Amino acid sequence: MPDKKIRVLIAKPGLDGHDRGAKIIARALRDAGMEVIYTGLRQTPEMIASAAAQEDVDVIGLSILSGAHNTLCPRLMELLHGKGMNDVTVLIGGIIPEADIPALKLGGIAEVFLPGTTTQAIVDFIRHRVSTAPREA
Amino acid sequence: MSHKIIEKAGKTTKSRAAAMLHPERKVSAGERAWEENALAPTLEKSPERAHEFTTVSSYPIRRLYTPADLPDWNPEKDLGYPGQPPYTRGIHSTMYRGRLWTMRQFAGFGTAQDTNARFRYLLAQGQTGLSVAFDLPTLMGYDADHPLSEGEVGKCGVAISSLADMEVLFDQIPLADVTTSMTINSPAAVIWAMYLAVAENQGADWKKISGTLQNDILKEYIAQKEYIYPPEPSMRLVIDTLEFGAKETPKFNPISISGYHIREAGSTAIQELAFTLRDGIEYVEWGVRRGMDVDEFAPRLSFFFNAHNDFFEEIAKYRAARRIWHKTMTKRFGAKNPRSWALRFHTQTAGCSLTAQQPYNNVVRTALQALAAVMGGTQSLHTNSLDEAWALPTEFAATLALRTQQIIAHESGVTNTADPLGGSYFVEALTNEEEHGAWDYIKKIDALGGMVAAIERAYPQREIAEASYKYQLAVDRKEKIIVGVNDYVAEEKGIDILQIDETVATRQTAQLRKLRAQRSNSEVERRLAGLRKAAEGKDNLMPFIYDAVKAYATLGEVCDAMRAVFGIYEEVAIT
Repeated sequence: MPDKKIRVLIAKPGLDGHDRGAKIIARALRDAGMEVIYTGLRQTPEMIASAAAQEDVDVIGLSILSGAHNTLCPRLMELLHGKGMNDVTVLIGGIIPEADIPALKLGGIAEVFLPGTTTQAIVDFIRHRVSTAPREA
Repeated sequence: MSHKIIEKAGKTTKSRAAAMLHPERKVSAGERAWEENALAPTLEKSPERAHEFTTVSSYPIRRLYTPADLPDWNPEKDLGYPGQPPYTRGIHSTMYRGRLWTMRQFAGFGTAQDTNARFRYLLAQGQTGLSVAFDLPTLMGYDADHPLSEGEVGKCGVAISSLADMEVLFDQIPLADVTTSMTINSPAAVIWAMYLAVAENQGADWKKISGTLQNDILKEYIAQKEYIYPPEPSMRLVIDTLEFGAKETPKFNPISISGYHIREAGSTAIQELAFTLRDGIEYVEWGVRRGMDVDEFAPRLSFFFNAHNDFFEEIAKYRAARRIWHKTMTKRFGAKNPRSWALRFHTQTAGCSLTAQQPYNNVVRTALQALAAVMGGTQSLHTNSLDEAWALPTEFAATLALRTQQIIAHESGVTNTADPLGGSYFVEALTNEEEHGAWDYIKKIDALGGMVAAIERAYPQREIAEASYKYQLAVDRKEKIIVGVNDYVAEEKGIDILQIDETVATRQTAQLRKLRAQRSNSEVERRLAGLRKAAEGKDNLMPFIYDAVKAYATLGEVCDAMRAVFGIYEEVAIT
C-alpha cells in the first residue's frame, strides 16, 4: 500500500529563540520522508492551531525550553479541540520537568521527548502513531 | 606493510589538520624510527579503537604530536610571555598567582525580590561577582502584563519591568563594590540605564562602578534569536552604548561579544571562535565609522566563550582567540593602546552538554569544562549546575557549581603557573590550527561584505545548523558517546528541582499596575516622546533612555517607543 506522506508541523511557541532542537527535528523528519512545515520563532498557540488546520497536518511537534509549557500546551489543545482537530498527534520536546509530564499527557499531549532522545526514536514514534490511528480522508 | 597500516590509521588526520598548515610533516629520524620499530608492530598486533579520532567538533586529532607539527613555530614570536603580545599565554603577567578569576554565577528567577535573596546568598558563599539572568519577556522588551508574556514571567530569569524592580533587585547590594554582569541584548541600553539609575541613587560613582553588559546583538541574529529591531538600528543602539560608556563609565564593559550562544546553537569550536571574533570586528568597524578613535572604546570590549567537553580543543580556542584579536587590533585597526590588544573573556561551561539522564554526571562534565577555561586563562567563569537539563538550578545545585570553581582555584594546583600547557606540541599545534581555521571564516565573511551582510544571507546560521545536525547524527549513530544517554544507560530516580512560583506573574502585574497609578504619566509620555524624536534623528539615545527610565517608564514602553521608529525584525527561518 503506497503510504501518503506524513505531514508534520514543527512549532516554537512562546518567546524563546533557542531553535537548535526544532531545526534538527524538522530536518530529521524530512530526511525520514515526512512532509515538514517549520513555523519559525515566537508562535502563539492561536498561530500554531491555525497553521495546523491550514496545512492539514497529522502531527504537531512543539519545542519548548522556557518553562512555559504548562500555559502554552493546554491553550493549544483547547484551540485544536475548538477546530475539531481531535485526531492530530501533539508532541513536545524540550526542557520539561518530569513532574509536569502526567498532567500534559492527561491534557492530550501524546508524548514528551526529553533531552537525549534520538531523532530515530521520534521518527519511529510518529510512524507508529500515525499508522495505528488512521485518519478519515 | 607496516607503513601502510600507519598511513591508513592516520589518513584523515593528515588530510586536513596537517595539510592545512604544512603539506608534508618533516619527521625526525627518531620519530621515523619510533614509527617503524614501536608503532607499526603494535598496530599490526592490535589496531586502534577507531580509524579516526576527533574532537567534539569532529576535528581530526593525530596519534602523536611532535616538533614536526610545529615546523615554523617560534616560541618568542608565537607564544611570547604572559601579559605581552600576542597574549597566547594570557593577558596578565602573573595570571592567577596575582588574582584568581571572578567566580560569577548566572542567576535569576521569579521576582526581583526572589533573585535579590539568591544574590545575597551567593555573595555570602564567596562568589565574587553578580550575573543577572532575565526572564524572556524582559529579554524581548515586553512588560510582565503584555499578552505575549503569559506563562513566561519569572521562568527563565528574573522579571524586570521598570526601575522600581531594579531597585529591589539590588537592594542592600552596594554597586560601588560589586561588579555585575547583565545578560541582556536587544533591550540592553534600557536595562543598563536602569542599573545606572540605581547606582546613582546609591551614591555610587559612575566613573568607578564596574560590570558587563552583554549587549551583543549580532549573535542574537546568528544564534540565540532574541532580537527586537532590524540589524541597522540595533547596531546603532550598541554603538550608542559604547560611545556613552567611553565617556561616562570608563570601568564598565558595555559589551560582551559572545560565542557562548553560537556554540550552544550547535557550532564547532572553530565556528564559535571565528564568528565571535568577526562580530567583534564588526562592532569596531561601526564604532570607528561613528567617528570614535579605536583606542577610545576598544579597551572596554570584552568577550564570552563556551567551555565544551573537549578539553584541549577548548584550551587551544582561548589561546587562539587572544592571538587573533591582538593581530586584528594592531594590523586591521592600528590600535595603539595595549589595552585594546588584549582579549579579556568570561567563560560559561556548556549548557548543551548537560544531560537529563544521570544528572549527577553533569558535576563531572562541568568540572572538566571549568578546568579547561582556567587552563585557557579566563578572566571570569560561570559553572553550570547539575540539574539544568531539567530546570533552573536549586540552591544546593548552584552552591555545588560554585564549589567546583573554588576547588579548581584552591586545590588543583593549576593556578600556580601561567599557561601551564604552553609549549605542548599538541596544544600549540591545535592553537595554530584553530587560529588558521578561524581566519578562513573571517576572510569569507569579509568577502560577503561583513557580518551584518553575512547574517542577512543566513551564512553563519546555515554553517551552524549544518554542524549541529551532523553532531546529532553522530550521537544517534553512537559515533560519539554520551555517558548515560547513548551508552552506560541505567534505570534512575528523579531529582529534586526548583519550582517557580506560579504567582510571580500575578504579583509582577499588580506591581506594574501600582507603578502606573503612582508615577507621573504625563512626564513619562513627555520623555518617551523625546526618545521617539531622538530615535528618528542621529543623536546618541542613551541620555534619552536614561531620562525615560528615571521617570519610571517601563521597559515595554521604552522598547515600544523605539519599535515605533525602528520597526521589528523577523528572520527567514531555515531548517
